[in-house]
Amino acid sequence: MNIIVCLKQVPDTETQIKIAPDGISIVTDDVKWVMNPYDEFGVEEALRLKEKFGGEVTVVGLGPKRVTESIRTALAMGADKGILLSDDALQGSDFLATAKALAAVIKDMEYDVIFTGQRGIDEDMGVVGASVAELLGIPQLSLIQKVEVAEDGKSVKVHRPVEGQTLVLESSLPALITAQKGLNEPRYASLPGIMKAKKKPLEEKTLADLGMDPSQVGQDARKQKIIGLSSPPERAAGKVIEGETPQEKAAALAKLLHEEAKVI
Amino acid sequence: MAQGVWVIAEERDGEIRKITYEMISEGRRLADALGQELTTILLGSNIKEKAADFGQYGADKVLVADDPRLDPYTTDAYVSVISELVKANEPAVLLMGASVQGKDLSGRLSASLDVGMAQDCTAFEIKDGNLVATRPIYAGKAYATVTFENSWPQMATARPNVMPVNEPDAAKSAEVIDASFSFDDGALKTKVVDIIRDASGKIDLTEAERIVSGGRGMKGPENYEILEKLAALLGGTVGASRAAVDAGWRPQTDQVGQTGKVVSPNLYIACGISGAIQHLAGMGTSKVIVAINKDPDAPIFQKADYGVVGDLFDVVPALTEEVKKYL
Repeated sequence: MNIIVCLKQVPDTETQIKIAPDGISIVTDDVKWVMNPYDEFGVEEALRLKEKFGGEVTVVGLGPKRVTESIRTALAMGADKGILLSDDALQGSDFLATAKALAAVIKDMEYDVIFTGQRGIDEDMGVVGASVAELLGIPQLSLIQKVEVAEDGKSVKVHRPVEGQTLVLESSLPALITAQKGLNEPRYASLPGIMKAKKKPLEEKTLADLGMDPSQVGQDARKQKIIGLSSPPERAAGKVIEGETPQEKAAALAKLLHEEAKVI
Repeated sequence: MAQGVWVIAEERDGEIRKITYEMISEGRRLADALGQELTTILLGSNIKEKAADFGQYGADKVLVADDPRLDPYTTDAYVSVISELVKANEPAVLLMGASVQGKDLSGRLSASLDVGMAQDCTAFEIKDGNLVATRPIYAGKAYATVTFENSWPQMATARPNVMPVNEPDAAKSAEVIDASFSFDDGALKTKVVDIIRDASGKIDLTEAERIVSGGRGMKGPENYEILEKLAALLGGTVGASRAAVDAGWRPQTDQVGQTGKVVSPNLYIACGISGAIQHLAGMGTSKVIVAINKDPDAPIFQKADYGVVGDLFDVVPALTEEVKKYL
């Protein structure tokens, strides 16, 4: 079974986001870059499928050279090889352009399952996976918490939690699955794993290698254009509830919630 | 020239989801700003009568695609029908809710139509005849204002519980039209084989009007009962911080935050939650935030409209008693 995992590098969740002077991007100087947490679930699930069915796990990353570190992390966890699509022209691409570039990398590869995270925790769009599936013409199974591939490796059954219920979906393979938290507990890279990862193949590609026209991607090709970034709206200073006892405080709070905030 | 605002309705188990009325109400405001019609698209099986009140919330027309293959929802079937209807009618704006279904549908549909899209927006406006959307990014640590370039329809989804619902006007009604569409059975590659229902009847966090959330300060899973009591009284639901979920005290579906659910209730009561940046990101758009915490320096107090410094094990049961006086 051949499995592909698409991987993105994002600012660590602890990062304080500062808006750059251009007003449409963020300051990246002090950012600690990590593998998108949802992509880690994808890597882990791919490794589990490989352990059961055999085959190969290929990690595909897109972005600047620093993304190599996250690909190496996936290789250290146990993936077999990596591909980095890196090209200056990709800078500023929107989800459609990103999906087109990823699909261009993947289309000639052999695969049964493709994993992506359900969303990148940077732009929070959650659509690259579905777009890649559409461009490749394969089914998409989004926001998945459980994956069961049939013994013959030809179909898959998955669980998608929706508001108040869980849908059990079945699809033929190949298919693209986007990983939701709860799918698994990603393993840590072992020391021998890290040593081995250094020798695993990691290929770099450019748009020219894929025969892609640079005008299809990047800032100028954006169909969804960011015209400004702003800080979250400030909340007015809150009230500290006074009172001698918990009962007094609770009474004062309930009164304010009823009379002032009008939420009870 | 593309004309009109379209809103995709969300139906499940024969019921129209609340997000649909939020989207019709917002769609009405945008259609008025454009001086154009609002059409609601309803897909499903034997559901025409469910569209009866869409007009009361602001829809001018309802386009109904009725077919057994459209119930229950599958990505393939919905994308096939909606993209055909969009291409045939060329709406200017296409909106839907950012529910799980909406998030599943929006990505595939936008790629299928080759258009830009803005996911999980918290505000819309019309400027110079174009849709301008505001959306939280980095889990709400920043907000992006976005427009669309050479991309029709201008497509976006809205965060549940954010857009206010219009008062229904019984005097108004919408024209209901049967949509004509072809259907390529070969396009249907996924199917719903089972539905596991949550027997507890718990309101999903993303849909809840009131949330009582507990963190590390709860000290153990057994103590959530006091939060359950308060939440039940308020007609709300219980959430948790990542620390509580990682400790195994609460299921993953309860997690509020950057790697959990993003919520926008009318009232969010954070109990024993210090307010790590990941958590604040997940509940920052709540309308009223209450923090109950022993530590007066906890970051959660910076975000709270009302802060109670005290032991939650004393304050929460006392609050539950006090709240009863107002119900």
